Amino acid sequence: MGYRLKPKYFDDVLSALSKHYDIMAPALMPFETRHSAQEVVGYRKIESLKEIVVDKKTFFSPKEILFPPRETMFYFTDSKIRESEYEEKNKIILLRTCDLNGIERLKNMFLNNGDVKDNYFKRRFESTKFWLIECDDGFDSCFCASMNSNKADSYSTAIKFTEEDILVDSNDNMFSELFKSYGVEEDYKVSFIEKNKLEVKVPLSENINPAVFEHDIWQEYIKRCIACGRCNTSCISCSCFTTHDIIYDDNKRRGERRRVWAGCHLDNFSIMAGGHDYRTKNGERMRFKTMHKIYDYHKRFGKHMCVGCGRCDDVCPEYISFSKCINKLYDIIEKENDK
Amino acid sequence: MSNPYLPVEAKILSFKDETDIDRTYRIKCDIPVNGGQFFQVSLPGAGEAPISISDFNEDSVDLTIRNVGKLTTEIFKLKVGDKLFIRGPYGNGFNLAGLENKKLIVIAGGTGLAPVKNVINHFCKNRDKLKSFDLILGFKSPEDILFSKEIERWKSLIDVILTVDKGEKSWKGDTGLVTEYIKTLGIEAGPDYSVIVVGPPVMIKFTTMELLKNGISENQIIISLERNMSCGIGKCGHCKIDSRYVCLDGPVFDYIQAKNLID
Repeated sequence: MGYRLKPKYFDDVLSALSKHYDIMAPALMPFETRHSAQEVVGYRKIESLKEIVVDKKTFFSPKEILFPPRETMFYFTDSKIRESEYEEKNKIILLRTCDLNGIERLKNMFLNNGDVKDNYFKRRFESTKFWLIECDDGFDSCFCASMNSNKADSYSTAIKFTEEDILVDSNDNMFSELFKSYGVEEDYKVSFIEKNKLEVKVPLSENINPAVFEHDIWQEYIKRCIACGRCNTSCISCSCFTTHDIIYDDNKRRGERRRVWAGCHLDNFSIMAGGHDYRTKNGERMRFKTMHKIYDYHKRFGKHMCVGCGRCDDVCPEYISFSKCINKLYDIIEKENDK
Repeated sequence: MSNPYLPVEAKILSFKDETDIDRTYRIKCDIPVNGGQFFQVSLPGAGEAPISISDFNEDSVDLTIRNVGKLTTEIFKLKVGDKLFIRGPYGNGFNLAGLENKKLIVIAGGTGLAPVKNVINHFCKNRDKLKSFDLILGFKSPEDILFSKEIERWKSLIDVILTVDKGEKSWKGDTGLVTEYIKTLGIEAGPDYSVIVVGPPVMIKFTTMELLKNGISENQIIISLERNMSCGIGKCGHCKIDSRYVCLDGPVFDYIQAKNLID
């Protein structure tokens, strides 16, 4: 059973929940501007409906809430080590289907790759509720349907913003009670996008052979890609990191070990002690990323890593389109296969 | 829930200089390990790096460390009794039981000898568990030779070829790449062989090619890969090759498994 809420009552729900949760939603980021002083849409804590932006895609994904760009793992004083404490409030994240699927991809990496779980991700993930924002038509660069990530069921609450009201459907008793007291019953069930404007054809895993890795298609990116790593940082499913030790300026005996986002397009990602680097050319890095997103992650986890959010296409300063790259790869592989 | 990223202290019991830049540290450690596995070794403030286990016994572990970076420079300043910080062991390591009753050939290049050293020691001690045992060791120059005392001991027990890429006139031993010595082993193709190849990527590539030419089949070759592991537990992504994580699925791989893994 769903509910229809007037905006002012939705605000009442938000303020009631704010006592226990930080509500994270797509919103304009103050003091973060890009071209012609246009404010960037990103994820931040909100308190009212009017702050929520649903007509634009966020520049960065909500992954930064569960996997911050920089996170202290532990503190040290001389040789005494103290684990970083976690005192943040529980969170509600308002996000779209592709991103919820993206968080499932992150969960595979942090909790299910190998026997050991990543406790930093786990503690954030387990104290978060996911509210799914229903998409109307999606955005121009979206291709979630092609990546089979246009549907999801692991949400706590589905939510549809209409011109006048807000429709909600919650699987969570606590939230349902709240919606019931502020809204009127309505038969609402979330609906999913079945087709995007953009269609991407993903090559079948069994048709990908070592020759594809050596194909000329990657040459183009040697020059076009400038290894800025924006595609990695904006991607909801990129989960790589590197650890760094920091010593505090005011007391050289004290410091912390942090982890920071790393990306396969960036220099130093694959460099080893002594200087040997496995991927020096930007074309090789593009190939590595592409294969991870649409081929080898699937071999390991049964789903493609790329969820088709299209942010990498939106943010690339060299206008490299990942969706076009996948389509080109598909054509090459299918042509080879027809021979 | 215990935090897998928190290292524990390990006291340095002794150390030994192998070359000008390589040093083997013996640390107090009673955590069960396998040869071929690695530890994430760190010093708070200097950082963390993967270091392979070069040997071990019940209450100590040997780590052979090359001084090439910030962390290792700091480690080289430590004295006996000082502490290293470790997490692990990680990775699969060599399956010793799987090598028993084989004609074992170990080919190691440079620091690649460290992860396989325990295997060599184990079968030198248990020579009767192998049908034959040959060792080819390659180093850049005589100055780069690791574990020279132990190599002398191995020479008294098994057939060892020790070669350097280039030697001064004073070098009386073999010169040339390890690949040149494979044909001298007199390999007669057969099901009993197991060959372990460890070393830099280019050495692994040409050594396996040469082995295949000499009658060894692909399923008889085992390799150990070196990558820049950061977390050691399959999260950070640095050591992924194709769908494999060197820290979880390796570093020891069957060649058949590894040959199509493209970085």
